[in-house]
Amino acid sequence: RYYEYMFGHSRRRMRGRRPLAARAEPELFQLQVVIEAGDPGCDRHPHLASNEAYHLTVTEPVAILKASEVWGALRGLETFSQLVHEDDYGSFLVNESEISDFPRFAHRGVLLDTSRHYLPLKSILTNLDAMAFNKFNVLHWHIVDDQSFPYQSIYFPELSDKGAYSSNLIYTPTDVRLVIEYARLRGIRVIPEFDTPGHTQSWGKGQKGLLTPCYNGGQPTGSFGPVNPVWNTTYDFMTTFFKEISSVFPDEFIHLGGDEVDFSCWRSNPEVKEFMKKQGFGTDYAKLESYYVQNILDIVSSYNKGQMVWQEVFDHKAQLKPDTVVQVWMANNYAHELSSVTGAGLTAVLSAPWYLDYISYGQDWKKYYSVEPLNFPGSEKQKKLLIGGEACLWGEFVDATNLTPRLWPRASAVGERLWSSSNVTNLNDAYKRLTSHRCRML
Amino acid sequence: AENEPSWETPCTKLLVYVSTPGCDGFPSLDSKENYKLSVSKGSMLLSAETIWGALRGLETFSQLVGRDENGMYYINETEIVDFPRFPHRGLLLDTSRHYLPLRAILETLDVMAYNKFNVFHWHIVDDPSFPYESSTFPELSKQGAFNAMTHVYTASDVRTVIEYARLRGIRVIAEFDTPGHTLSWGPGAPGLLTPCYTGETPSGAYGPINPIVNSTYKFVTSLFQEVSAVFPDFFLHLGGDEVDFTCWKSNPEIRAFMMEMGFGEDYRKLESFYIQRLLDIVSSLGKGYIVWQEVFDNDVKLRPDTIIHVWKDNNMQYLKEMANVTRAGYKALLSAPWYLNRISYGQDWIGAYKVEPLSFEGSPEQKALVMGGEACMWGEYVDVTNLTPRLW
Repeated sequence: RYYEYMFGHSRRRMRGRRPLAARAEPELFQLQVVIEAGDPGCDRHPHLASNEAYHLTVTEPVAILKASEVWGALRGLETFSQLVHEDDYGSFLVNESEISDFPRFAHRGVLLDTSRHYLPLKSILTNLDAMAFNKFNVLHWHIVDDQSFPYQSIYFPELSDKGAYSSNLIYTPTDVRLVIEYARLRGIRVIPEFDTPGHTQSWGKGQKGLLTPCYNGGQPTGSFGPVNPVWNTTYDFMTTFFKEISSVFPDEFIHLGGDEVDFSCWRSNPEVKEFMKKQGFGTDYAKLESYYVQNILDIVSSYNKGQMVWQEVFDHKAQLKPDTVVQVWMANNYAHELSSVTGAGLTAVLSAPWYLDYISYGQDWKKYYSVEPLNFPGSEKQKKLLIGGEACLWGEFVDATNLTPRLWPRASAVGERLWSSSNVTNLNDAYKRLTSHRCRML
Repeated sequence: AENEPSWETPCTKLLVYVSTPGCDGFPSLDSKENYKLSVSKGSMLLSAETIWGALRGLETFSQLVGRDENGMYYINETEIVDFPRFPHRGLLLDTSRHYLPLRAILETLDVMAYNKFNVFHWHIVDDPSFPYESSTFPELSKQGAFNAMTHVYTASDVRTVIEYARLRGIRVIAEFDTPGHTLSWGPGAPGLLTPCYTGETPSGAYGPINPIVNSTYKFVTSLFQEVSAVFPDFFLHLGGDEVDFTCWKSNPEIRAFMMEMGFGEDYRKLESFYIQRLLDIVSSLGKGYIVWQEVFDNDVKLRPDTIIHVWKDNNMQYLKEMANVTRAGYKALLSAPWYLNRISYGQDWIGAYKVEPLSFEGSPEQKALVMGGEACMWGEYVDVTNLTPRLW
């Protein structure tokens, strides 16, 4: 596909060589790609510790792209494609270059929300292409939420049967495999998020008895709240459900959500109130939330998966495994949150300043570019625990009709911030490169 | 089967009756867009005075047709009498900040028709580029377009837009904004723009159109002669907004002219001097004109049938401006609260919907001078990759 990116429509007339006599300039005949590791990783999936470093030497007659693993070769190929440019006469040129490159942060993600609005497969795949152009390496797939449940589960087909917007607005197992493979070929990990116990209204349509019935004055109101943390059936369900998720999604991590849990329904439910008493939680529902979350974390750990969670899970003092990744999203004083999370010895991923769904007039890419993720009080050791960040495109006001122009090229600013060295901060220089990068992406 | 709706005789024909014959003309500010739509058992009738009303009724009819789960098309018995509140319902596209390919313009015209818009305000040239291919002055686009081969509107393109619009009952009002917003005119028309000075020497930069040389008025006459012929609508938009006086002030010849004319230090008088001559030229070509509000604010002498386009929106001041403009007896168009290029998060359509154009202090006669308004999609951050989802 890189041949197409670089030479595009000109490919057809490439076959006939121009007579060498007419050309005095040096010609580049070949780009040799060398992957040095014994196991280059071509048949595996990328992971957090994948080596994305590469070395690119562009000189005549042969350019050499060396990388330890195939993931670095992909990044180097992207860079090489950006170096090739066309002059006014249709000749393709590349400058002699010597590049030694590697990412500053290992986790560079984009969050897509396919629950608030269904995103057709094409949209997701196009977005994966755009991510590869910007060296993003994680697709955080916020696949289900309150509004709809498009994930077609093998063990629980009713979830999408009853919970999707409609029967054709779903992701079948084939669709999911396609996304994972398309991403893999671009060195992009797919981390699915099945957010519980809040954000689960759509789960209740296909799984009766999962959500907490809300009460008013001793009577059920007919509406439901978060997942019911009190019933054993909840944990039986989650055990089976996450068994499936663990096998469907090959990445070592699963995102378990845990954000914005509204306690009012729990408070209204007599069984829940009884349980709180028995457990000695008093009136602190954060303890109940943590009780639930800890159980889910144990379930998911038993499948040998690492966990990512939203910051509330940490803030509400749940007992987390040491390699849990905490995603910091609340904009208010996020630097302080980063200090707390890393101070507790936990790994962090930053999203708070990068909610790209919050579109505004003008060049808002500049404020995304100007974020310095390590600007928080902490030791060297703590700063190492910030492994990267994610640009989030929540779907309340986004669907296939406006996703691409809303996300790009604004996300490119985040991509550079996460890959490039901390001293690459000049906005004017970035502007020049971003404008040509945008045209290239089109 | 029980509970099946009883289908009446299928209707196969919508009869369209237009009392004033003639499909070959162009819509105008005075066009009547009223229509009546009657849908009853076995008969569907759309009647209108003019073809323009029939178009609006056809659009409404198309919105009434539904489809059930079995694929059957149906329509409810309906009786509709409809007409527009305001006769000028426009949309501005800016093809200078970013070139818009023809298909983007035509697609926009389609969606305008779905929403009963009837004016396409084509802000065709400005500082950044001059994509309009002029037959009288071919150098303007040759030197001023982003790319003279690929980023221009040929005479044929322009004709296509005008006809495509006409078939949808949409007027095309072209805006050639002067004397400011004209940097792209400079390369193709040497001597047109004012040379700016630093001290005694030209700085190499240029400012607004030079209002003191006769060549300017010769040029403007020829250009507008062409533009008046190319664009059939009675109205032309002449711009007149945001004229920056610094370049004029720096130029010694202009300073001398100011003294000669007794304008003192009031450069608004110089701006008026230019605009008045421009308005006379355009009038003599048999066209009416629309101008941005500065032209009114700066006390230019205007013809009584001038339309003032109100666009400045600092803290709802636009209502005061609407009052002032109509009190002075001029017709007004409102755009200030409808700058759709200023996108923001969430359901910002609500703010636009809540606007009540006539909620200013004034007599009924004043309020009758409000012709309508225009949603503006300025192009600083808009091109074909994001126009449609940003505008609709």
